[in-house]
Order: sequence, then structure tokens, then C-alpha cells
Amino acid sequence: MSETQTIASAQAENKTPRLETDLKEIAQDLVRRAMTGGATAAEAVAREGDEFSTTVRLGQVETLKESGARSIGVRVFFGKRAASTYSSDFSREGLERMLKSALELAKITSEDPFGGIPEARQLGSLSGALDLYHEDVYSLPGEARIDYARRAEKAAMDFDPRIKNSEGGSFDAATGRKVLVNSHGFVGEYRRSYCSVAAIPIAQDEKGNMQRDFWFSVARSLAKLESAEEVGKVAAQRTVRRLGARKAKTAHVPVIFDPMVSASILEHIFEGVNGDSVYRGASFLAGKLGQKIAGDTVTVIDDGTMPGGFGTATYTAKKLGLETTANASRGLAGTPGIGPGNYFLQPGARTPKQMIADVKEGLYVTEFLGHGANLVTGDYSRGASGLWISGGELTYPVEEITVAGNLKEMFFHISEVANDLEFRGSVAAPTIRIDGLTVGGE
Amino acid sequence: MTLPSVDAEITAKVELVMRIDGAARAYDPRIKEVRASYADELRNILVATSDGTIAEDSQPLARLNASCIAKSGEQSGRGSAGGGGRVALDFFFGEKSPEYFAKEAARQAILQLDAREAPAGEMEVVLGSGWPGVLLHEAVGHGLEADFNRKKTSAFAGLVGRRVASEKCTVVDNGTMPWRRGSLNVDDEGQPTQETVLIENGILKGYLSDKLSSKLMGIADTGNGRRESYEHIPMPRMTNTYMLAGQDDPDDIVRSVKHGIYAVNFGGGQVDITNGKFVFSASEAYMIEDGKITAPIKGATLIGNGPDVLTRVSMVGHDLKLDEGVGTCGKDGQAVPVGVGIPTIKVDRLTVGGTARKDTGGFMQ
Repeated sequence: MSETQTIASAQAENKTPRLETDLKEIAQDLVRRAMTGGATAAEAVAREGDEFSTTVRLGQVETLKESGARSIGVRVFFGKRAASTYSSDFSREGLERMLKSALELAKITSEDPFGGIPEARQLGSLSGALDLYHEDVYSLPGEARIDYARRAEKAAMDFDPRIKNSEGGSFDAATGRKVLVNSHGFVGEYRRSYCSVAAIPIAQDEKGNMQRDFWFSVARSLAKLESAEEVGKVAAQRTVRRLGARKAKTAHVPVIFDPMVSASILEHIFEGVNGDSVYRGASFLAGKLGQKIAGDTVTVIDDGTMPGGFGTATYTAKKLGLETTANASRGLAGTPGIGPGNYFLQPGARTPKQMIADVKEGLYVTEFLGHGANLVTGDYSRGASGLWISGGELTYPVEEITVAGNLKEMFFHISEVANDLEFRGSVAAPTIRIDGLTVGGE
Repeated sequence: MTLPSVDAEITAKVELVMRIDGAARAYDPRIKEVRASYADELRNILVATSDGTIAEDSQPLARLNASCIAKSGEQSGRGSAGGGGRVALDFFFGEKSPEYFAKEAARQAILQLDAREAPAGEMEVVLGSGWPGVLLHEAVGHGLEADFNRKKTSAFAGLVGRRVASEKCTVVDNGTMPWRRGSLNVDDEGQPTQETVLIENGILKGYLSDKLSSKLMGIADTGNGRRESYEHIPMPRMTNTYMLAGQDDPDDIVRSVKHGIYAVNFGGGQVDITNGKFVFSASEAYMIEDGKITAPIKGATLIGNGPDVLTRVSMVGHDLKLDEGVGTCGKDGQAVPVGVGIPTIKVDRLTVGGTARKDTGGFMQ
């Protein structure tokens, strides 16, 4: 947590003066007043942040957005009764009204025998640089940021003559600061930064049919962001690859999922092990702690401490009789939910190409459409598009098909995990192969 | 004037939620978990623009929800039902009571305990009335938002005047319906809302627009410029989107199907407006065999192609219903409340994403 950094340089283009300790003082004051107001425990979370976003389409600025926001929330306990409120109104009246509502609500909520804020001994923070905040995300002047977006789109459109249209290239940057204070004396804060570049090209075939895909890079520091040209090129390759897509026949074949899609399947394990869902019996994994739920090739790790990680936080279970795993994630109000740290599937040994070479007839999925996961029963059915695998090679593109199975079995049928793990967010997975699924088509 | 729900006693709202819990658990001993929620808001907006528009509006919104999990041995099932709209608290003291939603959610959860595998592949699909109208929202609704058509990124671009549905289909977007969740007096740019005919007897008539689209395209501003909040950029969005009632008898529609499915409840859906592919996920569906509704089947995603799926609507029932008031539409990171509706209809061919293989086709590794 770097408190000595001045942020004046990062806010060069923002005219609102920033009050460094303002949020901490307000949050601490709120907790004090909650206790004076009769609460037996209290917690306040405050946030402030800046955001910049631009989309350039066909070389022209389509949207340009710059914003700043502040908000604060308080959670109060009267014994085992809790309530929370939040507000973006930082006037004295606004804060008083917010606190008063929480104190009144807490008197009429039901008791939760497991409710409460973490014990003092469970609290702490990671020391050392976690590499979460970099001023350089705002270091480019406005025109240069717009140009970053423009270059991403141009690279995509220059890649292939069949790319004649685009949803645009975009560049985003944001910084945020979060403060948490509770009545056990904990006062913590951290800052995070974020920047990204993306391109969404559209290709058209001779018949006039269009296909769209995208690619992006995201990083906590501008220095780590991939070049606009590289992002545009990959976006174009992915888009052109979809031209001429047709339906596949209904079949039971092996399915290989590209990394972005594998990550979305992996998230279901996270949702399934979410303590809240398990407690409510709302998970297909409930009651299975200590049991095998997947094949031997599968090891899933959640690490909230990875330096620079997208899911890294400096701090973060009574209902299940377990210790907290420090996965609390929250907005400003309500009981904290459970969010991933840096959550990933451990990579295997071989390349995706080697894995594909093993498949005589099968499907390579590059995108899911829709949701379709029933986390209670495990039933899984989603729209998909991708490429058909024939004779160990990727062949023609396919679309308007479904992939279906049951999560309880799918994780056992992950027959291989490739070596291509890459983080483009807080959840990441390599290419994986799952057997036993049904492809729905013609 | 009725008291806005945000000003009603909080204890009255807590009671609604407690009643759901009681009614759902009383429905069947296999109901093991119940989650009931109530949410309301009052949004006061003021829009002032350099073209002289000044508009104010006060927008209430309330919603009651019940979710249940049923367990029996190794089997489990879930169900969910909710509703509301731009209503006061007394809306929930009549027919749309906590017990009404609780029993519906519980019924679905119990039904899912016995559901068998859904079939996979193309087949006839009958959609029940009401919320299955999400078909329209995904298949044609987004594709007809003017911004996509201005940019020519939508599969519907350039198709105005062409046939995009069977003659039996007339689809409208209507922001003026009293008390509906998707309704507004004015859009978020201050433009009054209206009923816009999107498809008339199968012919594409026009798009849903906002100020920017109408100026750039030279088309009428249909009052569909919406934004999630002042923090967001306005863009063309739907309000209440539905298909007008037809002539067919819903029972005849089911009887006409030799082998297919009858889907009456859905989770949500999604669409790729560029290639036109859309999905929506059935949460309650049954087999139809020789014209009769038989076994309940597990939820499956249905997938189709927007610009032609409605050309295969061969029967349209006379029983138009709008959904109960649960819809939220997401576009470009912005969520807005919407409504959908449809009578019972038959789609001659749609792909069903089940796990049970049909007798035809398929080959294995």
C-alpha cells in the first residue's frame, strides 16, 4: 500500500482537487458514529475512482467518456442483526441519512447466528509491493489515447480486404482507491489501476454474410499493455476465421475449448464452491468437500496475492464451520459476496495443436453464446461457435450449435489441459479437452 | 394518489417476503431452500438539452421474487417466479400475491426433480405465452436497434421493406403500456415514448431509435433513447416488445406437433447481432409426442438465426400475454428494465441443445 505517492501527476487532466485522507476520515467517522448510535459492530467501505474510455470507429471518434465517482457504504450490527446502506451523497446530511437508515433497518432484520465482521486475529494485510497501481495508465495525453484506439482498429481493418466494417477500436483507463474501516480498529486502503485496448472488426463474405469477433489486452500498467497493432491483428484473424460458418450435425464428439471459453467453464467451479451457494444447498458441489470432483489432470488454484494480478487484493466462513479464505468481495452495501482472487486452472504439458491432433472428429469452441448453466442440478447447455476438427486439424467454421452436458460429469471428463495459461483477467485457464458432451445442430 | 412503494412501511415489505417463504415451504416437503426478495425504487429524472427539451419524470419500480430448491434423494431441482412493475405496494395484495409467486416457483422446482434429458438437434418448438417472448427480444429486438443499423453491423441492416417473418407475425415495441416494467412516459433524452411497429405481417417496417440515430439516419425518433443512469451514454433500447395475438387455438398448436418440445419458461438469452445468431434457455419444457404433452425435460438452450426464425412461425395463438415484470436487458454494460410478450406460437424448426441423441445422425470418436 503506497501512501506516499502523490497522485497529482496522475490527475493532470482532472480539475477536481483530490483530498488524500478524506475518505479514510469519513469512513472512520462513520464507524465511530455507528457505534455511538448503538451498533455493537460496524464497518465502512469507501471508494473513489476515475475512468476514461474512448471508442473510435472507421477512424472517427464514436464515444469519448471521462468520469469520476465516489461512494460510501456502511454495515452495522446490533448483536446478530445486520443492515447496510450506501450512498454517493457525501454531504453531512447525506451521510447522516445513510447511517440513520442502516441503524433503523438493523433493528428489524432477523438474527443471523453466524453474522459478524471478521475477528481481529483474522485481519491483516499483505506487505510488500503488490504492483496493483501504476500512474502511467493516465500518462498519455488525450489525443494519444484516442490514437491508441484508432491504431487498434486500423491494424484490424488493414489485415484483410474482407474486413470492411468495424464496431470500433477502444482504449480504456481507470484508477480506483478503496478504503475499509471497521470497529475492531482495522483501517486499510489500496489503490488499483487498469488500462485496456480492444478491437472489434467485422468481416463480410461474397454473399454478404457478416461475422464479428474481438481481441483485447488488459494490464495494470501502460507499459505492460500489448501494442494496438498486435491486438488489432489478432482480432482480425479471429474474425476472418469465422467467415463461411455453417451448422454442424448433432453428435457426441470430443470438444476442445479455447482459453477464453475454458475460463468461463472454470468459473462454474468457483460458483459451485462459493460458500454461500453451498450453505444454501444451491450448488452441484454441496457436500462434496474431500471428495473427487474432477479428473486427475485438474488442479484449480485461487491466489489473492499474485503481484499485479487482476484478482489481487490486500485483504479480504463461520456458516460452514470453516476459516475464512479471504475471498470476501463486495460492492458497497450488503453482506460481502465471495469473489475470486486470481483464479486459474494449472496448465499441463502439451500444446493446443498437439491436443487437437489427437481428435479424429470433434469440435473446437471459440465462443459461447448465452448462459445455460444450472448450478443446482449441474445441467449445462449453451450456444456455441467455433471450428470443426477433422483428422486432427481445424477445418471449417461452425455456428448456430449447442454444447450440452452436466457439470458433475464434465469436470471428470476433462481429459487434458494444455500448457497455454495466460491471464487476461482474474480468471484464467489453458485450452482444455472435455469428452462426453453432446453437440446439438442439424 | 397512491403512496409510492418506496414510502410504504418497511414492515409491510418484510411481510411479503416472509409470506413467500411460508407458502413455498408449505407447498411440498421436498422444497428445501427458499429465497424470497423484494426490491423497489423511485427514480426522479430531469432532462435538459441544448435543443430546448426539458422533461421531468418520476419513475417507480417494484419487484417481488421467489426462488426455490427442491431435493429428493439424489435429484434436485430449482424454480423461480417473480413480478411487479411501475406499481405501488398494493399490487401485491391482489392476484399477484406472495403466495402466487411462491407456489409457481415451488411447482417448477418440484417438476424439475423428474425431468429427463432434453433431446438434441432440430425440431418443432412450441413456445408458451408470456416470458417466452424473450425470443423476440433476442431474435429481432436487438437487431432492430438503430445504432447497429446505422453502423451496418446488424444482420437486419438494409432489410426494411423485406420479409423477415411469416405473415402471421406482427411485432411491436410499446413504451406506453400502463404500469408495465418496460414502460416509460419519456425516454432518457426527454422524447415521449410510443408504440412502434417493427414487423407488420412479416415485413420489416423500421428501427428503434434515439436522437443521435434519428439525426444521422434521417429517420423518426421513436423515443427509445435509454441509459442506465446519468453515468451512462444513451443508446437505442427496447421497452415492452411483443407479438400481436393471432387466430390459432393454443391447444391446436400443440396438437399439430408430431415430435417436438413445448417450452413455457425461460431463463435469459443472448444475441450476436452481426451474424444474427441468438439463444434463449428453457427452464421449463416438455416433450410433445404425437400432439400430446408428455414428459418434462431438463432445461436446454435453444439457438436460431434472427433474420429467418420468424419466417418459420407457422401458427400464432390468440392468447397474447406479457411477462410478469422480471426482465432486465443488458447492452454495452448498461442494464435497463424491459418487458416481453408473445401468444402461444409454433416455430417449425429450431435447434434444441439437449443431451439425448435423436435417432438420426451423429457420429462418435
